Amino acid sequence: MMIDVLSDQKRKIHPHKFTLWVAIGSILMMFAGLTSAFIVKRSQANWIMLNIPLIFWYSTVAILTSSVAVQLSLKALKQRNMVGYRRWLVITAVLGIVFLVLQIIGFIQFGDQEIKLIGAGSNASYSFLLAISGLHGLHVLGGVITLIVIAIRAVSISKRNYSSVPLEIAATYWHFVDALWIYLFIFFNWMK
Amino acid sequence: MSSETILHGQTTEAIHVHEDHADHGHHHEESFLTKYIFCQDHKMIAKQFLITGIIWAIIGGLFSVLFRLQLGYPDMSFPVLEDVFGRWAKGGRISNEFYYALVTMHGTILVFFVLTAGLSGTFANLLIPLQIGARDMASGFLNMLSYWFFFLASVVMFASLFIQTGPAAGGWTIYPPLSALGQASEGSKLGMDFWLISMALFIVSSLLGGLNYISTILNLRTKGMSMTRMPLTMWAIFFTAVLGVLSFPVLLSGAVLLLFDRNLGTSFYLSEIVVKGEILPNEGGSAILFQHLFWFLGHPEVYIILLPAMGMVSEIMSVNSRKPIFGYLAMVGSLFAITILAFLVWAHHMFVTGLNPFLGAFFVLLTLLIAVPSAIKVFNWLTTLWRGNIRLTPAMLFAIGFVSLFISGGLTGIFLGNSTLDIHLHDTYFVVAHFHIVMGVASFFGMFAGVYHWFPKMYSRYLNNTMAYIHFWVTLVGAYLIFWPMHYQGLAGLPRRYTDFSNWQSFNQFAGMNRFISTVAMIVFAVQLLFVFNFFYSIFKGRKVQSQNPWGANTLEWTTPITPGHGNWPGEIPEVHRWAYDYGKDGREFIAQVEPVGADESKH
Repeated sequence: MMIDVLSDQKRKIHPHKFTLWVAIGSILMMFAGLTSAFIVKRSQANWIMLNIPLIFWYSTVAILTSSVAVQLSLKALKQRNMVGYRRWLVITAVLGIVFLVLQIIGFIQFGDQEIKLIGAGSNASYSFLLAISGLHGLHVLGGVITLIVIAIRAVSISKRNYSSVPLEIAATYWHFVDALWIYLFIFFNWMK
Repeated sequence: MSSETILHGQTTEAIHVHEDHADHGHHHEESFLTKYIFCQDHKMIAKQFLITGIIWAIIGGLFSVLFRLQLGYPDMSFPVLEDVFGRWAKGGRISNEFYYALVTMHGTILVFFVLTAGLSGTFANLLIPLQIGARDMASGFLNMLSYWFFFLASVVMFASLFIQTGPAAGGWTIYPPLSALGQASEGSKLGMDFWLISMALFIVSSLLGGLNYISTILNLRTKGMSMTRMPLTMWAIFFTAVLGVLSFPVLLSGAVLLLFDRNLGTSFYLSEIVVKGEILPNEGGSAILFQHLFWFLGHPEVYIILLPAMGMVSEIMSVNSRKPIFGYLAMVGSLFAITILAFLVWAHHMFVTGLNPFLGAFFVLLTLLIAVPSAIKVFNWLTTLWRGNIRLTPAMLFAIGFVSLFISGGLTGIFLGNSTLDIHLHDTYFVVAHFHIVMGVASFFGMFAGVYHWFPKMYSRYLNNTMAYIHFWVTLVGAYLIFWPMHYQGLAGLPRRYTDFSNWQSFNQFAGMNRFISTVAMIVFAVQLLFVFNFFYSIFKGRKVQSQNPWGANTLEWTTPITPGHGNWPGEIPEVHRWAYDYGKDGREFIAQVEPVGADESKH
């Protein structure tokens, strides 16, 4: 019986991982909806071209690096290198926070350039940039919270768990929000 | 070294999973809180969805009675309305604002809260683990969250009925600019915010549910249960979940942009507008953009409502005809075709918005293509009934009623799918009649069929048959009497969403017809209350189920004990050896899925 269960586990993808992939499909549909709305709106009158400031390049670098960090953390966990695992996990979460902070600074800087994102006199192009990046940011925030929860569990003494499944799921999600930002970043720079 | 540790990691995991399941066999102590409230057992969650759905259906149905009262008797006053609703019904007559709020809430409640959550939520949760042979859903916790998000959405929507400016009143499609501008109408003030918050919670609930349904069906099937051995209910629920998971997020993105426009002064949907002499600062928005985003969900949504009904009808019809379902693979294929087409026809709701006629032609073609899988399904249902040994149980009657309604409503869809005819028919009672028959009443019939058929599994008791037969015949005849005349009204050009036609020269000829429709609507509503009474009465006092398999069905849910515990099967999960439709084979009435294929058995 136990052998059965084990071989079943090896053959099939873990149900929670599978659920995550379906959820990723779902999130993708939301951003597909938003970016196609962007394209439709762009072809109409009264569109101001986007000018993406330099700081968004820095945030892109931060989130790209964090993807490498989460992979190193996963590798360390699989090698039972618990110190490395925790270290890279924390670095990933910190880089995620850095990404979010840089994004927020970027949007505050628009105010200095007298580009209005919301309210009277705002243009749909910059409002789109705020809405879409904001929703992406919420997804990153969710990822950061997940990583912090895993990190807290990793240092808890009462319960030792060497299962790599939670981190694998978190890492897949993290790579996804990273790739999603790359897509959005290219999209904004290209479609303007 | 590293591969060994990975293997080791998985071993501990696997043992953990195994122990978890062994646990389910015997009953562990449950408190009231874990058994009825924060329950992770799929069967209890199904009941929670069903009963919440029933409560919503009563509220939504009552609203239709109220506005039918206005439409049927526009010149009469009912002082009791003023007693209950105060200034909303001054002088005993329903005010215009109240009328719009009623139709908006009637649509929202029935489309989302009853026929999406109440239907999918109930039967996906109840049937998936029981019919594929699983202890529970892939994630019981997400499943519980799914219900509680639905509950929260319900609370917010319910609360919106009681705020001073009333609930949302711009139609269930909440088109901007009306829905985006609080100063435009009473219903666009706080009620609209509540609507959006409630729907956001609702979307989260359906996504969590849908993820679980897909993942459970694909990953947790018992040994031998290949995809093509699954009952059609499972296929239907699977495609429903796929539709929901891919289309609801798009509605969410549309709603987020609407929230921006409402509260942050952006101009996604708002162009240059003057409201009550005030020039708004917005410029350059596109209201049509919202319609695209809305109907990209909105159209799949009608199939989210209809597909589970189709699946349950297929299953119930086969069981009660004592015949295999005709054309199983064609049934699966047509469900698949409908799922694909559902994403490609949204603009047929927008033919008269100034859509490019050339583009419209493609949407006409794709829309009319839906007739093909629909006709395949109807043909297969009729051929399943053909020369069957039909048992007219209440569930079977409702299943046959579903097919009747689906044909009647489907045929008028062919008219509406034409962009040229739509110039005349759009926003008339013809549309109202079409979608109420094909999507509203038909899905309700599928849902009733499901409730009558699986009630013995849910509560180990039967519903009362006499009340069930009264319920069926009055509802079927009533549905046709209500909606058939609306086709004539629509062809004559009678527009939807008007409170009073009596001062309108071209339409006041319909006064008698409207009064007739309203009268029937009230009778049908009363009979639904009889069903509700039957439902709650039978939970406690119904005839007890004595046999494990009361309908003589093949599927796995009837191999569980009469009252299954958490984990469904006391011992090991049964293994499946055949498809679900071996009825009347080799001289045997039915052969359950768990029976191994005999050596001298014929092929089906």
